[in-house]
Amino acid sequence: MDSTIGLILVQDGVINGAIYALLALSLVLVFTVTRVIFIPQGEFVAYGALTYAALDNGQLPGSVWLLCGLGVAAALAGLWRRQVSARLLALTLALPALVLAVAIWAAPRRLGVAFDAALTLAIVAPMAPYLYRIGFQPLAEASVLVLLIAAVGVHLAMVGLGLVFFGPEGWRATALPAPSLALGDLPVPGQALWIVGLAIALMLALFAFFELTLFGRALRATAVNRLGARLVGIGTAQSGLIAFAIAGAIGALSGILIAPLTTVYYDSGFLVGLKGFTAAIIGGMAAYPPAVLAALAVGLLESFASFWASAFKEVIVFTAIIPVLLWRSLRHGPAEEEE
Amino acid sequence: MRRFGWVGAAALAVALPWLPFLPPFWITLANYIGIASVVAIGLVVLTGVGGMTSFGQASFMGFGAYTTAILSTQWGISPWLTLPASLAVAGIAAWLIGQVTLRLSGHYLAVGTIAWSVALYYTFANLDFFGRNDGISGIPPLAIGGFRFIDPRATFAVVWIGVLASVLATRNLLDSRAGRAIRALSGGSVAAASFGVNTARARSLAFVHAAVLAGFAGWLYAHMQRSVNPTPFGLNASIEYLLMAVVGGAAHIPGAIIGAALVTVVNDQLQDLLPRLLGQSGNFETIVFGIVLVATLQAAPRGIWPLLARARPRHRDIQPDAPPLPHRALPTPNLTGGEVLDVRGLSKNFGGLAAVSDLGFTLASGEIVGLIGPNGAGKSTTFNLLTGVAEPSGGEIRFLGRSLAGLPARAIARLGIARSFQHVKLVPAMPVIENVAIGAHLRGHAGAIAALLRLDRAEEARLFAESARQLARVGLAEHADRPATELALGQQRIVEIARALALDPVALLLDEPAAGLRHAEKQALATLLRQLRADGVAVLLVEHDMDFVMTLADRLVVMDFGTRLAEGRPHDVRENPAVIEAYLGAPG
Repeated sequence: MDSTIGLILVQDGVINGAIYALLALSLVLVFTVTRVIFIPQGEFVAYGALTYAALDNGQLPGSVWLLCGLGVAAALAGLWRRQVSARLLALTLALPALVLAVAIWAAPRRLGVAFDAALTLAIVAPMAPYLYRIGFQPLAEASVLVLLIAAVGVHLAMVGLGLVFFGPEGWRATALPAPSLALGDLPVPGQALWIVGLAIALMLALFAFFELTLFGRALRATAVNRLGARLVGIGTAQSGLIAFAIAGAIGALSGILIAPLTTVYYDSGFLVGLKGFTAAIIGGMAAYPPAVLAALAVGLLESFASFWASAFKEVIVFTAIIPVLLWRSLRHGPAEEEE
Repeated sequence: MRRFGWVGAAALAVALPWLPFLPPFWITLANYIGIASVVAIGLVVLTGVGGMTSFGQASFMGFGAYTTAILSTQWGISPWLTLPASLAVAGIAAWLIGQVTLRLSGHYLAVGTIAWSVALYYTFANLDFFGRNDGISGIPPLAIGGFRFIDPRATFAVVWIGVLASVLATRNLLDSRAGRAIRALSGGSVAAASFGVNTARARSLAFVHAAVLAGFAGWLYAHMQRSVNPTPFGLNASIEYLLMAVVGGAAHIPGAIIGAALVTVVNDQLQDLLPRLLGQSGNFETIVFGIVLVATLQAAPRGIWPLLARARPRHRDIQPDAPPLPHRALPTPNLTGGEVLDVRGLSKNFGGLAAVSDLGFTLASGEIVGLIGPNGAGKSTTFNLLTGVAEPSGGEIRFLGRSLAGLPARAIARLGIARSFQHVKLVPAMPVIENVAIGAHLRGHAGAIAALLRLDRAEEARLFAESARQLARVGLAEHADRPATELALGQQRIVEIARALALDPVALLLDEPAAGLRHAEKQALATLLRQLRADGVAVLLVEHDMDFVMTLADRLVVMDFGTRLAEGRPHDVRENPAVIEAYLGAPG
């Protein structure tokens, strides 16, 4: 391999790593706040990519119907648990109806990249808090293991629903408009700049959110001590909804960013999400900076593995988790008590 | 089921499919149900009983299937001879993965197996050795003499006798010393370790057992299907097996079989129905399965089986004339001065907080010492330090003349320190008598292999005779077969004492044993403790009931803010002004 190929591989690794870092961040966020290991994160990436690609092609994305369905289901779940409020109805019924109306009006008009991206976020991101209301809120006191099994159930359902609403064909979107640069001999495509730039911006925004806003601080409090947070008036359910909403938005945004890079199918998200997840695990599921570093490492490992042994790319990336777990296991000593 | 019942069930498995009115399609489906049942039964041990889970059961099945596929097609080895190899490969793979993940908290195993099963899928699919995506075909069917098991009705017999064998093996394992160690995990690993259970090994055993069953299912699958490819061993298949266990009732063997039947039949129907309904082809059944999985966890987290069958406590026959277990010689007070426990300068810091600092006291055999002090004085922390649950920040603990520094809880239990817990830590669903038998864990030796083959019955009879004796000693004999959680909280504390006595302790550490007891029960407990003292047991007692501890204890050690405030005979301590001020708040 010469240095140009090496540089290209590094560039690929950094681009993928940036996506994985975003996913790892939201996985850590969801886990620390709700103890849910958010396996369906990858489906949000696929939904985001496919929704954006449909809008990009001037079509109404099937996911708006799913959004409406999930909204109704969340409203019914609230009704069933007698937690109905005007706010709940506005968020679960009026919001999807509004998004649907806008999408039907806007889809054939091709209003541009920024509008498509914003509409994609509005369609895909609210699904996450709906899923929290329907699936996870009743299990809030269950063990991590039960929550994990539930998350796997949600993943399973979302892959199937993806097939229903997007169909089996793969889609690809046109690139976000940006000039490409050249770093010495290495051409840097505009999409790469978008991905890395947005990833960094998003991380800074998250940092500001956690440090500076009341909501962010409430989430951190819940992450440190759920009971304590509840005692001082920070509802577990509300923190969970916010954490899921952020995770859904990050997933959808990651999908928008990769849609021009690769052809995305309804079930493509899982492996992407799992790599973000590998990074989060390597980082310990608890802290943000190690997760970001681990995500870059996973991205680089994947990119070099695909050069040397492309058929075994996934094998190499996922077995990388084993030595890390071994190391953690030896460092931590005997198993800690489950809560 | 008695032996006759097992033989009868096996005969039924041979004869049933030949009934004239059974359509062949349902026989084939029943064979798939049987194979899935074997995998799901493994999850009963792992998830329902052991409280762990794996998303890699299908890959262990793959280990078993590919092992026999390669051995029988490339080396022409008879399928009956490849069976041990299939089981061993699956078991060893699980053992290795377990070594990596089982020491971490539960979800790392699950997560590790997700990554692992994706990696394995691509390994199977990309190596020539495994036939890549096409897999391996031309696998010979099972055969006895000239008879080849090709007709589904013939295969039915093999599969369902295999299911019976898996049920038998799993039942034998769970009803054994090694199985109790696995079941003890759900009472909290601290309690299990405090009675000498090697919790890491118990977890590993559960995981390996589940994997070996999956490997067995894979072997059955390979010879029934006569070909293997990566798809049935992927992550989605693993998720389906977990779904079967959860829906049927993960803690029960019949639940696993019901879950396997339901999911297999529904899967078959949905794969027909949904594509027709939606007008396109695809695996839409995942939508239903995902929703059913979440709904089950919400509405019936223990699955279907407990709803169908009201759990009747099974009566365990005790053989009181079983030869008694060997008994530890207690140190004689007169010869050694009697000191069994010598604590010096003991301290424990949590961050900046000194929970225990510079604590010192002794405990002699045939003596009851009360460790008292206001809430938060560090009494329970002291217990944890003495029993190896927590590691001291400084100081020394000597027991029977040897230092306990660095010993894990189970090694300390082996030396003869038994304890009860301030917050009761019994295995909730397990009968009282079996909870007590966990205390006798270190007095038995039988391992998992002996349990599977039922070579452990003589030892089990001795362990249970001893457990019954201790239970009778604390006055709870009539509750032996009831689940521990059905007892009143005070009685559960007494069960903990019986469990501690079953360890045959030199020193007994009791954390608030009298809490929640009625007057008469307290009297009985006091009588028991006096009896133990007369037998030469050293008793260290944390207790808030002052009347109880004052009349019972030979000496008192008073703690406040982690340090020793006073020590002496109850009468003297009661008069000590410092104690009165610290303990009662105000003089008088």
